[in-house]
Amino acid sequence: MMTTMHTLVALVEDHPGVLNRVASLFRRRGFNIESITVGKTETDGISRMTLVIDGATTQVEQVEKQLYKLIDVVKVSDITHDGIIARELALIKVRCNNLNRHEIVQLAQIFHAEIVDVTDTTLVVEAVGDEDRLESLLKVLRPYGIREIVRTGRVALARGVGSTSVDAEPAEIRQFHRREGRMPAKPLPFASD
Amino acid sequence: MRMNGAQILLESLVREGVEHIYGYPGGVVLPLYDRFPEFPKLHHVLVRHEQGAAHAADGYARASGKVGVCLATSGPGATNLVTGICTAWMDSVPLVALTGNVARNLLGRDGFQEADITGITLPITKHNYLVMKASDIAYTVREAFHIAGTGRKGPVLVDIPKDVFQEEAEFHWPETVSLRGYKPTMQGHAGQIRKAAKLIDEAQRPIIIAGQGVIASGGAPELRAFAEKAGIPVVTTFLGIGGFPQDHALSYGWMGMHGAFYANHATDKADVVIGIGNRFDDRAMGRFADFNPNAQIVHIDIDPAEIGKNFKTAVPIVGDVKTVLGALIEEVEPHTHVEWVRWIDEMRQEHPSFIVPQGSVMSVQYVISQLNEATRGDAVIVTGVGQHQMWTGQFFTFREPRQLITSGGLGTMGFEVPAALGAAMARPDKTVWSICGDAGFQMTSQELATIMDQRVPVKFAIMNNGFLGMVRQWQELFYDNNYVSVDTREALCQPDFVKLAEAYGMKAMRVTAKQDVRAAIDEAMAHPGPVLVDFHVEAEGNVWPMVPAGASLAETLDHPLTAGKFSKGAR
Repeated sequence: MMTTMHTLVALVEDHPGVLNRVASLFRRRGFNIESITVGKTETDGISRMTLVIDGATTQVEQVEKQLYKLIDVVKVSDITHDGIIARELALIKVRCNNLNRHEIVQLAQIFHAEIVDVTDTTLVVEAVGDEDRLESLLKVLRPYGIREIVRTGRVALARGVGSTSVDAEPAEIRQFHRREGRMPAKPLPFASD
Repeated sequence: MRMNGAQILLESLVREGVEHIYGYPGGVVLPLYDRFPEFPKLHHVLVRHEQGAAHAADGYARASGKVGVCLATSGPGATNLVTGICTAWMDSVPLVALTGNVARNLLGRDGFQEADITGITLPITKHNYLVMKASDIAYTVREAFHIAGTGRKGPVLVDIPKDVFQEEAEFHWPETVSLRGYKPTMQGHAGQIRKAAKLIDEAQRPIIIAGQGVIASGGAPELRAFAEKAGIPVVTTFLGIGGFPQDHALSYGWMGMHGAFYANHATDKADVVIGIGNRFDDRAMGRFADFNPNAQIVHIDIDPAEIGKNFKTAVPIVGDVKTVLGALIEEVEPHTHVEWVRWIDEMRQEHPSFIVPQGSVMSVQYVISQLNEATRGDAVIVTGVGQHQMWTGQFFTFREPRQLITSGGLGTMGFEVPAALGAAMARPDKTVWSICGDAGFQMTSQELATIMDQRVPVKFAIMNNGFLGMVRQWQELFYDNNYVSVDTREALCQPDFVKLAEAYGMKAMRVTAKQDVRAAIDEAMAHPGPVLVDFHVEAEGNVWPMVPAGASLAETLDHPLTAGKFSKGAR
């Protein structure tokens, strides 16, 4: 089945109220967000928003263009077709007892999930993966009784050498890194210096 | 140099070349007003209501092409600006709105006269700021003017807490602005321009829809050169009026809900539609689903988000209209579309669309055509919203950009009085007529006091039909003549506008007979100061042609006098 889900990355100024501007835009224009995550980036003062939007209900191109109109939004990219690594983290508090605790631990192991908290009657499972994997895990855990779930929403990065960073990497730095196998200790002087 | 926040703000406004500030003082902006006398270059205009400040700054900006500035105190002062800010937002008018707010330690505590004005104006400003340090004021003002006045223009709000005005800081004026998230595209993509030129060269029935972007970019001369070289008929949107001379051989007036019958039908029959600085909105285009399915659309606009928003576009060109047209003129071949132009001309002869009623009745159409004659079309015209606005578009001949000042997108009644103040201050060289409805005029008539104290010679023509005319027309046509809350003269105690004007010390006249119209207009124009003329016009005239709400352009209802004679049919 062709998925209609799009993953957008917006690099935004790390100012107060930026999330409010983005949320207000989405509300006003009737854009539906499946998930949104925000975090710091490699560049000081720039935050990265990862947005998942269902192209079946929302015009993704309009989302991109309208986002870009916000002054605090520096860059918007639709990385859906870039071969992305998409991950989400979930913490799942599941009921257990002395009879089934081991069973649940084994199930978690199959999904490469970890047990991060144990009590007489509950386990907390920490799982990382794409949405499909997390859904499958939830499906097998559900019969035991789920007390609480928290999920981060999708974060994503394009595979390969490309980068959606706001700063283009200077060629000298790239060549230095290729030659030396490490980054220069201090920034290289520019040719014009 | 050390200054306090108030001085930094005022010095920054001087550096931006601001002449007039339309404002109203109040508690938290007192530290700012305290410093005004130190800056004699800034002329503060005391309005009588903050909505008037925003509209006056808007009228000034539209008439001059510069950024308009308004100022209000916190809370109710700030919220009173909102209608004016939204009006500017919908019509892409460059405006900087300055508001005071409560002191920093009181923000968010619901203190006296606190309003979250940056939150409130978030969806109706291009950008807004809450300035938390005096040292941030100068660069914030610089950025605000840059954002408001470049790219797709629009309003920017700067909110400053009271104690930031009082805080001292070093004044540092940034010579340049660099915003990594804001870089409007000016040059069109060369490949796209060539593609557009090819499509235009091959077109049999091309038409240009010129929007307000032509005026905003200063691209009217380029539009004219382009249309003349490629031999393409031009229609404008309502806000695009003035972007192309209406007496030009290739001008076919304006299209849309009350636009010319021939303009709407020509757009509906075109094979290539070239949208220039317009946004293909519902009032112009009719029902989207049934807009001319055979047309290929070329769309030139500075705002990429406008392209493809409502219609599929064959050739999108993002860029400044003036710059893109300059390049496009070089690429297109000279052409005359003789047959196509003749077809539209014949339709225009059969369906002149804009017909002044004959007989002794004093119609709005007649009064406006007399205004057109008396001023020889050489005046700045400000309107309110409704029937008189549409008739102004129909019966006045606009030849130059920035001649028509009107609220198109938001459709704000009450715009006409304060906007005329701003327009007249921007264009002291021109006669400024404010054509008002009797209802909209009452929404902001308190600004007559401002007009008197500023000695601005605005001429008001009230089209007094005793009805909320456009609402009445819709009730007549679409709600079975069920007139509800529209009869202002009988039921709602219409004031005597002559006495009202005289109460403010303004010269005023009343005209009740058709033969007196021209003499009153001439007398008003001969008087050096502001004048109000109360024209008692036909009560129940209707605006034709009309595209009923939700209908397509092909379903444009013609003027009843010529309806049903459309013999040309589809080609």
